[in-house]
Amino acid sequence: MASANEPLTTTGYISHHLQNLVCGFGENGLECGGAEIAEKYGFWAFHMDTVIWALLLGSVFGFFFWRVAKAANSGVPTRFQALIEMIVEFVDESVRDGFHGTSRLIAPLALTLFVWIFFMNFMDLIPVDWLPELAVASGIKYQKVVPTTDVNATLGMSIGVFALIIIYSLRFKGVGGFLSELVMNPLNPKQLGMPVIFWPFVMAFNFLLEVVALLAKPVSLGLRLFGNLYAGELIFILIAIVFTAGSGLFAAGLSSVFGDAVPWWFWFSGLLAVGAVLLANYRGKLAMKPTLVMLAGLMLAIGGAAFLGGQLMHFGWAAFHILVILLQAFIFMMLSIVYLSMASEHH
Amino acid sequence: MNINATLFLQTIAMMIFVWFCMKFIWPPLLKAMDERREKIADGLAASDRAEKALAEAEGRAEEEIKEARNKAGDILDQANQRRNQIVDEAKDEATAERQRQVSAAEADISQAANQAREELRASVATLAVAGASKILEKEIDENAHRELLDKLIAQI
Repeated sequence: MASANEPLTTTGYISHHLQNLVCGFGENGLECGGAEIAEKYGFWAFHMDTVIWALLLGSVFGFFFWRVAKAANSGVPTRFQALIEMIVEFVDESVRDGFHGTSRLIAPLALTLFVWIFFMNFMDLIPVDWLPELAVASGIKYQKVVPTTDVNATLGMSIGVFALIIIYSLRFKGVGGFLSELVMNPLNPKQLGMPVIFWPFVMAFNFLLEVVALLAKPVSLGLRLFGNLYAGELIFILIAIVFTAGSGLFAAGLSSVFGDAVPWWFWFSGLLAVGAVLLANYRGKLAMKPTLVMLAGLMLAIGGAAFLGGQLMHFGWAAFHILVILLQAFIFMMLSIVYLSMASEHH
Repeated sequence: MNINATLFLQTIAMMIFVWFCMKFIWPPLLKAMDERREKIADGLAASDRAEKALAEAEGRAEEEIKEARNKAGDILDQANQRRNQIVDEAKDEATAERQRQVSAAEADISQAANQAREELRASVATLAVAGASKILEKEIDENAHRELLDKLIAQI
């Protein structure tokens, strides 16, 4: 939804959803806003929402894992501890499989990346309008709640991994080893038996190739995560538009009854009705088939065919997206491990 | 979509979280998990050992029971023998005792008979004297004598 005083259009809705809350430090202190702030401060602007949510979700990871780690002992684990240990075990195994050196950093790094990215991705499953609407209602103009749909966040993490790749290369291969890997691969002039005169050309050619290959690692790492999540978010927004556009059997009639703004009690009573049906089903008073029929009927009654279709598509995409967010977190972790493993091995 | 300083803020945040995880989360969790693994392995090994010991003890117990059973049989046999022996001895003793008592009784009887006979003999003499004196007092009458003699005989 665009900010309150603008008319609601499809373009406005989408661009509002894709606009970060940009902030910058200027002569007026901290300034926050949309695209105009980004333009004013250029590179030194930063996305307040991305930073806040990333820090918040990272702290959630840190807090819960720390609490379990503090109380961990070799006795019988609690259920929550067992869950945490399952994740740790999984990451530990992945690290053992992927990294063939010894490093005290790799495993905690992998765990942090995996859980943190999963949490940040998970924000995608919160209905797209909730938090932005809440922010608008409380006076914050823009709010993009999924940090991993911000290319800055994903590239920021991959830069961290890239820095570690360089550090590991230098540490395990030495400066000479690292440089020779850059210039003596893939065409090794010594092995090819070339005259020394040609060496600089071959080495320059190798260097070009290797630097591109080296830089491709962090860039692809960051952009893969960003692209997947951005696309997922966009599809949620598009599905939401199918509904908010108000097309359908019933919804057009809804605005003819209530005017432009549908009153809150209409939504609230719809919510109560859906809740009552689900509760009755849970208590066993309603069989599965009539439950589904009643839910579909309620959706139709509330917002027409478009609403029903929108709900079904939301559900389907969200169910599929659970796979995507987990998989992307895992891929980011696994590739970081593999890159660092490659950096610490001699070829 | 613009690249800006968020990049570095995110990198800094990542470094902080990785440091936190490295220092406060990973080591204690891994330590606890390794310790538990060791504990479980120990427990399994102990249960294996206990199982083996149990089987061994069962074998030993069976052997001991068999031995005890044999011993009990031996003891029973011995007891039977001893009982028979005791019974035999008792029987012999009883027979001897009876023999002894019988012979003692016989001796008593014969002694009593002898004594009676002696006494009889003694009284026969006095009776004969008394009878003779009475006969001598009266006339000797065959019938009267007869009567007298019968009386005499009856007195014996």
